[in-house]
Amino acid sequence: MEAGYSKFDRVCQIIEENNYDKSKLIPILQAVQNEYRYLPEEILAFIASSLRISPARVYGVATFFAHFTLKQKGKHIIKVCDGTACHVKKSTNLINTIKNKLALKDGEFTTKDMLFTLETVSCLGACGLAPVMVVDEDVFGQVTPDKVIQIIDSILKQEAAQ
Amino acid sequence: MLDLKKITESVQKSLGNVTKRIIICAGTGCVANGSLKVFNAFIKSADELGVKISVELKEEKGKTNLLSKSGCQGFCQMGPLVNILPSGILYTKVKVEDVKEILEKSIKADEVIERLCYNDNGKVCKGQNEIPFYQKQSRMVLKQCGVVDPENIDEYIFDGGYRAAKKACIDMTDKEICDVVLAAGLRGRGGGGFPTGKKWDLTRVQQRDKKYIICNGDEGDPGAFMDRSVMEGNPHSVIEGMIIAAKAIGADEGYVYVRTEYGLAVERMKKAVEAAVQKGVLGKNIFGSAHNFTLHVMEGAGAFVCGEETALIASIEGKRGMPSPKPPFPAQSGLWEKPTAINNVETLATVPLVINYGADSFRQLGTPQSPGTKTFALTGQVLNTGLIEVPMGTTLRQVVFDTAGGVTDEKGKVDDKNFKAVQIGGPSGGCLTKEHLDLPLDFDSLKKVGAMVGSGGLVVMNQNTCMVKMAKFFMQFTQNESCGKCVLCREGTRQMLLMLEDITEGRADENTLTLLEKLAKAVQVGSLCGLGKTAPNPVLSTLRYFRDEYNAHVKDKRCPAGECSNLVNYSINDKCLGCTACARKCPVGAIAGTLKKQHVIDTVKCIKCGVCLDTCKFNAVVRG
Repeated sequence: MEAGYSKFDRVCQIIEENNYDKSKLIPILQAVQNEYRYLPEEILAFIASSLRISPARVYGVATFFAHFTLKQKGKHIIKVCDGTACHVKKSTNLINTIKNKLALKDGEFTTKDMLFTLETVSCLGACGLAPVMVVDEDVFGQVTPDKVIQIIDSILKQEAAQ
Repeated sequence: MLDLKKITESVQKSLGNVTKRIIICAGTGCVANGSLKVFNAFIKSADELGVKISVELKEEKGKTNLLSKSGCQGFCQMGPLVNILPSGILYTKVKVEDVKEILEKSIKADEVIERLCYNDNGKVCKGQNEIPFYQKQSRMVLKQCGVVDPENIDEYIFDGGYRAAKKACIDMTDKEICDVVLAAGLRGRGGGGFPTGKKWDLTRVQQRDKKYIICNGDEGDPGAFMDRSVMEGNPHSVIEGMIIAAKAIGADEGYVYVRTEYGLAVERMKKAVEAAVQKGVLGKNIFGSAHNFTLHVMEGAGAFVCGEETALIASIEGKRGMPSPKPPFPAQSGLWEKPTAINNVETLATVPLVINYGADSFRQLGTPQSPGTKTFALTGQVLNTGLIEVPMGTTLRQVVFDTAGGVTDEKGKVDDKNFKAVQIGGPSGGCLTKEHLDLPLDFDSLKKVGAMVGSGGLVVMNQNTCMVKMAKFFMQFTQNESCGKCVLCREGTRQMLLMLEDITEGRADENTLTLLEKLAKAVQVGSLCGLGKTAPNPVLSTLRYFRDEYNAHVKDKRCPAGECSNLVNYSINDKCLGCTACARKCPVGAIAGTLKKQHVIDTVKCIKCGVCLDTCKFNAVVRG
């Protein structure tokens, strides 16, 4: 039960820092997502009542912007850039390779063991190094399908060692 | 009160003790290539070798060398870049292992390490002024990017920064500022090309108690990163432009709206605003004038449509980023229904130049209708990708073959015959082909051929790029990003995408093309905002210039470029020596065979990535 309450501590703090200002909804959701790594439903409802706006509006904003996610993500996030430059330099191959490697079926983005989430992003703005991929915080440029396998394998190895 | 002269003198004094300056590019591209590791290696090795190095510009006792990080220097593919001043040596692709040698030879002595210099077909280029990529450019807005330390406001001031803001605040009236910008002919660099001075003047004449200025740093175009580079490399130039704009329109509050994907840009903008507040450049009574200005940095949350000004305003207000009909224009009723001017990052960073040098001087570069320079993000199949700045009106040929060093083939070798097209202006833009090579790149001439400057993304494509797939790619993008408000944009782009999928997957017939064209025109007319109005552009322009390629997909069920996987198969012929290289590289294990025997591709397993084709040295892999 205690854990349940403490879950809301941080969100209270975030709302307070933003002065209960409903125009700060996006910065609030951003801070909440940084904290919880996704936007849990009960927290969205909590934000709505704290800011005195409808849950529909909060949900509307949370689902409108690509950056927000309502589903829990895996431990490691692999973002493959599919901007124009990366696309021309065959980012689709990277996506297919990763899907294959992680055994993700169509419409699946997170592995069953919650270890990896695959995302495609519109542009990372590092087009000079296309194709680009970001694994957690590390940016990899001029990636090839076999390099992708190496990167994933090295993470799997680290995970196994832990 | 802020004394620009005093700061300049103090920096001058500190710089007096600096023997050499080592500037490491810390733009996103170079960071991805490991430039921060190189930076740290410099600190460590300098210690070991007894070379004195400071990482902060302050008054030192005795001589020292200054090591600093800079924003994007533009030559992204050659990173990490290390620039040494005053000699102007530029080292490319620097690795941690090279650092000791650089310190020994180039810092302790004045030797140039040739193997680390850019090599232009056998000619060693010692610095930027010898490298063709830089020689062909006119860097005005980007001049300080890659030189000044973006996290040090004093350096910006030392380099002439905030003089224009001071002049605008003290010596000029709001109308005078608008007039100069209008006379200079500065047009919005975000893509539309609307005269900036006019936009400001429309906001200026509104008689209201409160007004806002917004910097649009949302740059959602795939394939564009100019604004990112300016915000990362020279954030103070954006702030200075905003102070001037605010004074011109009579605003006392402003927002910089930055894409959340641009973490480094967000961080640097925030730091720059903090520093500007501390120095008194932002706040009350700026430069002792009556002008007050508060600036906020707001992170976007990932919506391309927020590049549209009314949608951007909605998202600052905490709502879904959906555009609203104009009029009323933001100039009349914008953020919280107050008059608001929204300008692009590059436009605002250009403003101080206009104020400092005057309208006539600004007009010396560019064309009469599109004066000044334009930055382009040069990407795709060219030798030198990166960030460039050229005068408006430079031809496509000059950009692709001179600045970018030519078109490359699949193996990365220059082969100018391989040129196929350039996609310009992102999802709102169009394609340019061989016949447009001598077309001057400016707002008006591009519009005439169904393309646009857009935000300035230039993606060069070679013969191996399928134009239909390209059009589908952009359609997928705009379809994803449509806010859903207008039926034609929401449903129309979806149907267009499905048709394009039919074409690339071999299910379409000739009627599909007719329908596609018809629908594209309807979406253009029936959408409210720029996203929907321009969404069909890539389709229409590829249909116009690459009809044959569409026909090949539809009639012959063939993809001439070999990119549409449903219409392509890979096989291995008898030239195969059984070296196993392809089998080892295949990411899905679709190639089987024993050593020294001809290999076979399992077409069911094959994801048609083409790695085998790129790997094979004996031309044994065939795409058909």
